Amino acid sequence: MRRLVLATCAVLLAPEAAIAADPARGAEIYNSRCIACHAPDANRVGPKHRGVVGRAAGSVPGFAYSKALKGAGLTWDEATLDRWLADPEAFLPGQRMNFRVADPADRADLIAYLQTLR
Amino acid sequence: MSIETTRLITGMNRGETNSILTDRRALLRGAGTFGLSAAAIAVLGGCESMAASKSATAADVDILNVALGLEHEAISAYQLGAQSGLLQDPVLQVAVAFQSHHKGHRDALVATIEKLGGKPVAEQSMSDYATALNAGSLKSQADVLHLAARLEKGAANAYLGVIPTFGDKGLAQVAGRLAADETMHWTALASALGEQLPAKALTFGA
Ligand code: HEC
Repeated sequence: MRRLVLATCAVLLAPEAAIAADPARGAEIYNSRCIACHAPDANRVGPKHRGVVGRAAGSVPGFAYSKALKGAGLTWDEATLDRWLADPEAFLPGQRMNFRVADPADRADLIAYLQTLR
Repeated sequence: MSIETTRLITGMNRGETNSILTDRRALLRGAGTFGLSAAAIAVLGGCESMAASKSATAADVDILNVALGLEHEAISAYQLGAQSGLLQDPVLQVAVAFQSHHKGHRDALVATIEKLGGKPVAEQSMSDYATALNAGSLKSQADVLHLAARLEKGAANAYLGVIPTFGDKGLAQVAGRLAADETMHWTALASALGEQLPAKALTFGA
């Protein structure tokens, strides 16, 4: 049964995954869901985001990170950002963001937008 | 206001008060798992002696502290707006009223964090907020209202987004109440700006 459900999900999700991520939609999502805590160019409640893709996690100067993020020893790329945004606490227990983006398509668009912040 | 409306409102208020009181009594009987948690009641009612929750976790304190950071920033944003000289009455009055709501949120969060044994984050300097919010770019009343609307909508979404993370359901409900206040602010600001309300349902928190 479980396998059947998974197979059905895979079929349903496959066309979605094939569509290229949309940075413009990602920017919209960013401006409504991330903007309370983040900005591209200023540390606020969360660290600034310009250059985040390809950067070591927890490395923006002057931002007081949790031990979990500071000591994560990982680099932000599509895969790590996807896991972080899906469930930060499951990915790095002890983190302080606690904000989840449940929809994989939303995450893909957000990551595509973050990639434009160079 | 019609008599009907008045009755509706007073009736509703009475109902609300009752349900909080009932929960409070349940807690006093030692039934901590029923109704609102003690920590949540501390936020809701300002009742300090009851804020030792069993279900609130260190992670909950972290979430409350992030929320407190948002409230500090919101208070400063309205301060910057009020001091800018760009706001005229009655908009200025509304900004001051919204700032006082954020101060209420701040005080409730500080009290709760302290009662849970945490250390409330301090606010940053006004000049730090001015830089972070790019206050120098504000040139008109509409600019200030746009900034406020963006922050309020973001805050509503942030509160809605952290709700599932709370260990303590009472605190999760408080996050919902905070989100409701921020949504009320956003709605008023959007209408002051003459913006359309969302055409679709469920645009917040997603
Ligand atoms: C409620 C506030 C809040 C919201 C909303 C929020 N974040 Fe965060 N974010 C934080 C905090 C706080 C941290 C630092 C966490 C830590 O130190 O453990 C963080 C860290 C991050 C990091 C790691 C950055 C680095 O320098 O290592 C990324 C990436 C990130 N957030 C992306 C996002 C995105 C994308 C969104 C919108 C979907 C978002 N965040 C929404 C508060 C928030």
